[in-house]
Amino acid sequence: MSIFVDQQTRLVVQGITGRDGSFHTRQMIGYGTKVVAGVTPGKAGQVFDGVVPVFNTVADAVRETQANTSVIYVPAAVAASAIFEAADAGIPLIVGITEGIPVLDMTRVLPYLHERGARLIGPNCPGLISPGRSKVGIIPGNICRPGRVGVVSRSGTLTYEIVHQLSTQGLGQSTCVGIGGDPLIGTSFIHCLSAFEADAETDAVVMIGEIGGTDEQQAADFVQQTMTKPVIGFIAGQTAPPGRRMGHAGAIISGSSGTAAEKMAAFARAGIAVMKRPADVVPLLKERL
Amino acid sequence: MNLHEYQARDILRRHGIPVPPGEVAATADEARAIAARLGSGPVVVKAQVHAGGRGKAGGVKLAANPTEAAAHAAKILGMTIKGLTVQRVLVAPAADIASESYVGIIVDRTSQRPVLMVSAAGGIDIEEVAARTPEKIQRLAVDPRYGLLAHQALSLALQLYRDIAQARAAADIMQQLYAAFYAVGASLTEINPLVTTRDGALAALDAKIVIDDNELDRRPDIAALRDTSAEAPSEVAAREAGLTFIKLEGTVGCCVNGAGLAMATMDLVKYYGGEPANFLDIGGSSNPQKVVSALRIITADPSVRAVLFNIFGGITRGDDVANGIVQATKVLPLKVPLVIRLTGTNEEQGVQILKQAGFSALTDMDEAVKQAVAQAKAA
Repeated sequence: MSIFVDQQTRLVVQGITGRDGSFHTRQMIGYGTKVVAGVTPGKAGQVFDGVVPVFNTVADAVRETQANTSVIYVPAAVAASAIFEAADAGIPLIVGITEGIPVLDMTRVLPYLHERGARLIGPNCPGLISPGRSKVGIIPGNICRPGRVGVVSRSGTLTYEIVHQLSTQGLGQSTCVGIGGDPLIGTSFIHCLSAFEADAETDAVVMIGEIGGTDEQQAADFVQQTMTKPVIGFIAGQTAPPGRRMGHAGAIISGSSGTAAEKMAAFARAGIAVMKRPADVVPLLKERL
Repeated sequence: MNLHEYQARDILRRHGIPVPPGEVAATADEARAIAARLGSGPVVVKAQVHAGGRGKAGGVKLAANPTEAAAHAAKILGMTIKGLTVQRVLVAPAADIASESYVGIIVDRTSQRPVLMVSAAGGIDIEEVAARTPEKIQRLAVDPRYGLLAHQALSLALQLYRDIAQARAAADIMQQLYAAFYAVGASLTEINPLVTTRDGALAALDAKIVIDDNELDRRPDIAALRDTSAEAPSEVAAREAGLTFIKLEGTVGCCVNGAGLAMATMDLVKYYGGEPANFLDIGGSSNPQKVVSALRIITADPSVRAVLFNIFGGITRGDDVANGIVQATKVLPLKVPLVIRLTGTNEEQGVQILKQAGFSALTDMDEAVKQAVAQAKAA
């Protein structure tokens, strides 16, 4: 098992003929992901690299190939539209790699997905990988190893750093999920923690957070109340300076809860082992496995 | 992107919100002329900087006449507030204030909706009100599919004003503010204070708008409001080069790909007894030119004693970064030691390029940070 993606994943790539889309489609195919279709409006009938049929719309791709997962590499200006389209075509799992989608676009996208029961991972995320089974997104496959540690992170390259520490010291991963660093995201820490808790092939979870927002505190409450598996946590941004903040609304809505110190304290209170630096991940996990 | 108060006032005015008159001045003489045009009453002279707490920093002064307005403007212009130099002042008539409310909109991460927040206890101490007496702040998460509905706005407004005419006026302002929020691509719009004057009229006395940077490409009219003279020069240079840069007080210059790893690198510098000189994210798909710009910006800071590269290749390719470092150091001879950590995509090619140019590259993050901290201390 694993969470969200595995050998059953049949992937459609939105933006398959673009620069990033084509590069990463080759990487995903090389990793063994079943890429069954691509979508670029106006390019229907083409066959990407001689193996992946290209369609004008996601609906066409789903009808012809039974794609059940979509990954989005289109530019930010049209990314919200691409997410709407995937949801409308009945895709249950949509992975948004695109960075720079306006937050107000996401305020309209998320209720639309919710009504259709579709899950979005991201946006502005590296995607996810179930090592040895399927990779959807841009996480380098070569740093991952199959195993029993779940990884969930708001970051991209920091995730690679921590996965690299795990893999090189003999701890493989069940699934690594990058949930994205934007203020509004489709899949939270809690969704992933809950899926890892239910996954028979995950023994422990590494959760990588950042300053800003209160998602980590909510995740900590969830861990304390619901999780039986050990959870290790890291918060990036302990040395980040307080910004020259304009306006009061941010402080009114979240008080001082966005700091690294607040989040690390919430982790500790919930029984989550707190890493001081990325290299602490393996020793802390080994104490608990 | 932060807007100045005078820019935010213009936007609110265009959306129908009552905003008192006022003009912006860059010199004391201009301030005097504006005050004279506004009539015989007292005026307020307000620093226009991208920082909160202007009043408490002495950047907002009341003037009885045009001569006094000029004198205050002379003092405020050039003043430094939270590291930013005041280049302009807003001169506006002093309002005869009967009450001060707060009205703000922000996107709430938890409800994933725009949230309207209002309070009858507006003014500069609103954050304290929120912390100590949160029951004095009313919140409403707005469904973005339907927008802020009239009855919702009115029921919030009735918590601020007993007078029905004032409540209706406030409800209109809330709906107009909500429309402005989406129209300009804001991440925050705020009226604080929303005042009633002695004659019972409502007016937005001070306004703040922060624009989501991701909106700027599709809103050139809003992007044109950017005032680069009001931002730190290093941060302007970084943005123009496609980098994210924040200057800090330490001695270890950091150049990292990815915001999370950049923060974790700064944290590790501190962990090993050093102080980071900056946050710098060179982003994904980096081309060599970005690395050149990054090195130029980092080394322009005279307190930098060592430069640390921490690159975990994913989209970013190790050979691109290595080429960038080699090119940058040719155009820009380094006076401080350089420690490079390079791993991930095309790591072998990158290390090879650096070796041929006489640099060495480490693959372990902790080891690289330790070396950079030691070099910064030895310099």
